[in-house]
Amino acid sequence: MARQKAPQICIMTVTGADRVGIIARLANAMADANINIVDVNQKIMEDYFVMTMAVDITKATITMDKIKKQLDKIGKEMALNIAFQNENIFKVMHRV
Amino acid sequence: MRISVEEVFETVRMTLDHHFDIRTVTLGINLKDCMDRNLAKFTRRINKRIVQKGKLLNKFADSIEHKYGIPITNRRIAVTPASLLLEPLPRTVNTAAKLAKALDAAAKEADIDFLGGFGAMVQKGTTAADRNLIDAIPVALSETDRVCGFLNLASTAAGINMNAVRTFGYTLKELAGKTKDGVGCAKIAVFANAPEDNPFMAGAHHGIGEPDFSLNIGISGPGVVRNVVMQNPHCDLTQLSEVIKRTVFKITRAGELIGREIAALMKVDFGIVDISLAPTTLAGDSVAEIIEAMGVKKMGLPGTTAALALLIDAVKKGGAMASGNVGGLSGTFIPVSEDAGMIRAVRAGTLSLEKLEALTGVCSVGLDMFAVPGDTPAEVLSAIIADELSIGVVNNKTTSVRVIPVPGKKAGDIVHFGGLLGSAPVMKVPKAAAAKFINRKGRIPSPIQSLRN
Repeated sequence: MARQKAPQICIMTVTGADRVGIIARLANAMADANINIVDVNQKIMEDYFVMTMAVDITKATITMDKIKKQLDKIGKEMALNIAFQNENIFKVMHRV
Repeated sequence: MRISVEEVFETVRMTLDHHFDIRTVTLGINLKDCMDRNLAKFTRRINKRIVQKGKLLNKFADSIEHKYGIPITNRRIAVTPASLLLEPLPRTVNTAAKLAKALDAAAKEADIDFLGGFGAMVQKGTTAADRNLIDAIPVALSETDRVCGFLNLASTAAGINMNAVRTFGYTLKELAGKTKDGVGCAKIAVFANAPEDNPFMAGAHHGIGEPDFSLNIGISGPGVVRNVVMQNPHCDLTQLSEVIKRTVFKITRAGELIGREIAALMKVDFGIVDISLAPTTLAGDSVAEIIEAMGVKKMGLPGTTAALALLIDAVKKGGAMASGNVGGLSGTFIPVSEDAGMIRAVRAGTLSLEKLEALTGVCSVGLDMFAVPGDTPAEVLSAIIADELSIGVVNNKTTSVRVIPVPGKKAGDIVHFGGLLGSAPVMKVPKAAAAKFINRKGRIPSPIQSLRN
């Protein structure tokens, strides 16, 4: 039996102007790539609309590089800035 | 505990708005085992190693950059000091120049933008190979594009090799004359107490106490620190130190994570994180602007030295808490040409060479990237270097000089070097200084501070 792989969590951060359909569009893109959404949060901070989405890419059908390219495309279409980063960077920076 | 939106956003804004990046990943490569009496055999061996490792470095840096979304701006290589490699080879200046060209060709083939290590440790004296290397510098650095040089001319333990300091004044002038606007001089730094694991150019080399390979990281976040200072306009200086410390902790941790992962992928030792604040010409990515945000009206005015001392102390404390492997230079870089705030201060007349020298007494690592008139006599250049190195020797710290005598330019002119090197206002220096002192030659003995046992 194949061993269960440890989850690989990435955090997507979306900034820009709030509008209808942002989460729907991104959630669809994730589902297409077989990426499971673990958590979603959003807030208005310093005049920025900020949405973070934690996703598990363990079973993703496309590479991180391709995910990023897709997100760049969606970002351009919806005038959003989208970052996609492995969760560990936040852990080392914000947890002692 | 899950990371909050605020924490994620803080990190994302660092790269998005405040120019946080990994300034450099520098792979140190030992070349001692490639040494040979035959130049062709030797260059074949070093080419193979540099090209192979350089390509891997680029590949893995790209993949980690994607994984974490933090830009890795430069990928560089530092090698064993070239003068050591020259020892068994034919003792001619031409051999040294050929070695530089071989290193340049390897860097190009591996797509590495700068390769450091064309230098020598001559703090106490020079061997025949060292002399050939120094004599080859004008040709080697003007006829190559990617090779960087260094000379360690002094140390606290050995004193200052004034013979080499004197020679180097002439070397610099000759090199300046061979390159447009003297820009070749931007590719060589001279040191007191040069660290063996410095990842930053031009002074990077892979010291003789290092393992076969070592992956060193230079983080950089003047923009991030400036932002946190600006967000705290009214707190007292104790608190200000505290907020800087916390910010630097975060960026150092990011640097260490990235360094360790690249090292693991390359199957080499992880070396150090250099926490120096290295500015760029981008708006806001300036050390001078941090000092001004702290409340000094203009960089260079009274208050600057104290502000810089506070700043770097906080940087070191945050960095040391974040990583057990802080090393390299880990001080402030205040290169005149590469920092928009520094350029403004020089043009406004608030920042002089004398003040820059004073700053190196507390935490700056040297007089970096400043231009002087092309007709400055070699002896004056040597005297500036001797002064700066003596600060390092007596205070047990690293100091360095990277000065560009720009042919045909006079004080007040502006020289545009372009790219990473920025633009420099030509600074005023006297036409005569200490010719008699410099021409005495010899070695300034090591100071009493060196007797510590």
